[in-house]
Amino acid sequence: MSIFRSLTLLLIALICAGSLPATAQESDPGRDLLINLAEAPANKVEEAVNAIVSSGDERARGWLEAYGNNRLSRVKDTGQVVLVLSNRGRDWEIANPLTAENMGEMSRRKLDRVAINNRIRGQLEGILAMLDLNAKDPDLREASAQDMMGKVDASLVQPLEARLEQEENAAVRNRIEEALAIYRVGEGNLEAVDVLAGSLHPRARAALNEAARSDDPALAASAAKALDSIEQKLTLNRAAETLYFGLSLGSVLVLAAIGLAITFGVMGVINMAHGELIMLGAYTTWGMQQLFPGQPGLALILSIPAGFLVAATAGIIIERSVIQYLKGRPLETLLATFGISLILQQLVRTVISPQNRTVITPEWMSGSLVINDALSLTLNRLYVLAFALIVFAGLMLIMRKTRLGLEVRAVTQNRAMARSMGIRATRVDIMTFALGSGVAGLAGVALSQLTNVGPNLGQNYIIDSFMVVVFGGVGNLWGTLIAGLSLGTINQLLEPWAGAVLAKIIVLVFIILFIQKRPKGLFPQKGRAAEG
Amino acid sequence: MSLKKHVKLGLSALALSISFNSVAAEDPIKVGILHSLSGTMAISETVLKDTVEMLIEQQNAKGGVLGRQLEAVVVDPASNWPLFAEKARELLAQEEVDVIFGNWTSVSRKSVLPVVEELNGLLFYPVQYEGEESSENVFYTGAAPNQQAIPAVNYLMNEIGVERWVLAGTDYVYPRTTNKILETYLMDMGVAKEDIMINYTPFGHSDWQNIVSDIKRFGSAGKKTAVVSTINGDANVPFYRELGNQGIAASDIPVVAFSVGEQELSGIDTGPLVGHLAAWNYFMSVDSDANYDFIDQWIEHTGNEEAVTNDPMEAHYIGFNMYIEAVKKAGTTDVDAVKDAIIGVTVPNLTGGYAAMMPNHHITKPVLIGEIQDNGQFSVVWETPALVAGDAWSDYLPGSRDMIADWRKPMFCGTFNTATGSCGASAGEMAAETK
Repeated sequence: MSIFRSLTLLLIALICAGSLPATAQESDPGRDLLINLAEAPANKVEEAVNAIVSSGDERARGWLEAYGNNRLSRVKDTGQVVLVLSNRGRDWEIANPLTAENMGEMSRRKLDRVAINNRIRGQLEGILAMLDLNAKDPDLREASAQDMMGKVDASLVQPLEARLEQEENAAVRNRIEEALAIYRVGEGNLEAVDVLAGSLHPRARAALNEAARSDDPALAASAAKALDSIEQKLTLNRAAETLYFGLSLGSVLVLAAIGLAITFGVMGVINMAHGELIMLGAYTTWGMQQLFPGQPGLALILSIPAGFLVAATAGIIIERSVIQYLKGRPLETLLATFGISLILQQLVRTVISPQNRTVITPEWMSGSLVINDALSLTLNRLYVLAFALIVFAGLMLIMRKTRLGLEVRAVTQNRAMARSMGIRATRVDIMTFALGSGVAGLAGVALSQLTNVGPNLGQNYIIDSFMVVVFGGVGNLWGTLIAGLSLGTINQLLEPWAGAVLAKIIVLVFIILFIQKRPKGLFPQKGRAAEG
Repeated sequence: MSLKKHVKLGLSALALSISFNSVAAEDPIKVGILHSLSGTMAISETVLKDTVEMLIEQQNAKGGVLGRQLEAVVVDPASNWPLFAEKARELLAQEEVDVIFGNWTSVSRKSVLPVVEELNGLLFYPVQYEGEESSENVFYTGAAPNQQAIPAVNYLMNEIGVERWVLAGTDYVYPRTTNKILETYLMDMGVAKEDIMINYTPFGHSDWQNIVSDIKRFGSAGKKTAVVSTINGDANVPFYRELGNQGIAASDIPVVAFSVGEQELSGIDTGPLVGHLAAWNYFMSVDSDANYDFIDQWIEHTGNEEAVTNDPMEAHYIGFNMYIEAVKKAGTTDVDAVKDAIIGVTVPNLTGGYAAMMPNHHITKPVLIGEIQDNGQFSVVWETPALVAGDAWSDYLPGSRDMIADWRKPMFCGTFNTATGSCGASAGEMAAETK
């Protein structure tokens, strides 16, 4: 089959090269193939696709890819099939699929999309993966062999077997064998069950599950046995997965709360606008991405200092304009900062938009780190986890090893004494509040990669942040870290059997009970400072 | 009753004469707009306010209606449900508006219901909702469950061959009722209980790791699995992101959403979501001249080349035109006359067909299934062969099966029980009771 195909490819290439471009367009077989595809009724699409594949045309891959991506359209007036290069806005950029020549822009009113649905798309993926199996790069071959799993049908078995004979890379061989075995188990092949017995891939499990329900008792029994052994391996993977989910949620909580641990924990200011400072950080990320279009990664990295500065500046303004006048009056501070939070939200709504903003996830942050078929760690959360730990370490350093940290600790422990030692308490207040606010901004930068960037972003995190700080023990950064990570893990452990809503409630009740027992949280401050 | 009717008739005659007087005085027709411009719901509702304003502008450019200009009265209920009722009262009692376009969430509609019934107002409600309601004073231009959920499930079952179902939703009345209807429907169709997984999450849920991984596991049982999502608002963004990151492609486990439109997609990179589905009665990508004209006008009105249109906007477009037609037909803006006149009014929709106001105050709609594309738009893959009339009372809920609504005389009832042959409490009374 494959020899036959390469022969045809060669032939076609020769013919194309030999003929003049002008005549090539007139008698181009591709033209008829595409029109045939565009005009095919739903039940004939498969035939039309197969016709394109078996034509051996070297442009076929491009056409099918475009078709799969909804990028194949027909000009309504002339019936010509075109490639849509860009389908944003009201005028679309199109190209000739036969010559790849750019045809400029055309109003979308004049174009008719060549329809595709999920079933055809699934088959297309199988076909494209089959074509990619001939690629030079073994990683690409392995990926496309994996794509083939569950998509093999009778017509693909032979070419796959031929491919398997040539394949030298062990990993790719494994994948192809598994893909073939999934098909064969479906056909009732007993030996194929053994091939799948070690596989953790969901599609392998799906095939075995199906076989376990089959009428053939021998097949059903051996499939059930294979499933049992897979299940054992899965339990461990699941535990690891839940732990990762918990740590990841925990890292988000730590990030959101750590700034508050400074302003509320160390300074004792109840800042209800803390969530909005997070929001400002997230909007800074969006703003940076607007400044550097096409470079989301660079923009994200630059947002880290920018988000810190923006939120810190906002923090200084809040501290100078409101909080400094309310020192020692927690109730008024609470109400005033709540007002500020509403003002900031509405400001964003009026100035930017009430709609959420799109923050693009850079290429290197999307997808997941595959440990095995059943366990993969999503990359964006992995980065956020690392970022949270770095921010925490940085804060610890500042508080323990710098003069600012020393002064902050001095002022919070005994303000009068610190002042008499020559520390400018007001300046320390500003710096501390700016630091806490800036860290909130950093949290916003990270959260922009996980959740919506919109005016309500901060609202979703303010309660959680206070919860973590109170649970961890006010004024203790380590407490915040431990509290955040453990609350996240508890939440994720509960979620599978209690559901998301109930899990949240249980965690809340748990904290209330805990605070009853230990009012000062996990790690209470000790010594005279605690009484002050 | 008959005395009341006489008084009503007399009053409408009076109103008629007053309105004739006002023609001479050229008083504008006041159109109340009751959409949140601040708070959580501002994200969805602001564009609806702009839509109605645009429609009013266009109508005025055409010379208004009955020789009178239209005037928008905008209030901001700030995503606060009790405030919706207060603002509705303000619109009807103080501003004396002739009609209100407003609300998004069901709970805000329930809050407004007693007020519009008490003060005899007109409310056009543009959002898909859970049904189980029909008020004399409310016109439901969004989809009822039989115009969205049931056809979508049929599509998955018959065209995609789905046998195993995840019903995932946000924890409030619309998803709970819709999922109850769907669960009964699926079991009627022979789906086993263990092949249905139901999951609820709080508003604004952002940590979907566990749930998505659960769905992945549920989907590896060897039967074709699909997710029917009634997840609301911006919780969808992290949900879809997690789907993409955990590598759930549409060809493995398709997700069909009832609350995700162009507006929600404009907040995410749709690359990994290509092929996931949504069921609506309108998509911005629908290939019809009426739609392209509407989009051109909308872009011009907003001054934003990237502005998107969505299903509730189309619902307001239909509702607004129906109101105009009904006023023309009645020859007055008097509420009772318009209520009478509007039943049977037919106006073009944006998908190239027509919408008719049914006696139960719901409208006829086509049901479209669209696939998400990489440009944040949907491409229509399937549509119902004929228009579907909205059903106020679902056939798949016990207690609701026997109910019908018909606002034509002599029945004139939104809660008529065909088993007992009696008319129950009005929608407003029921809403006031459950408060």
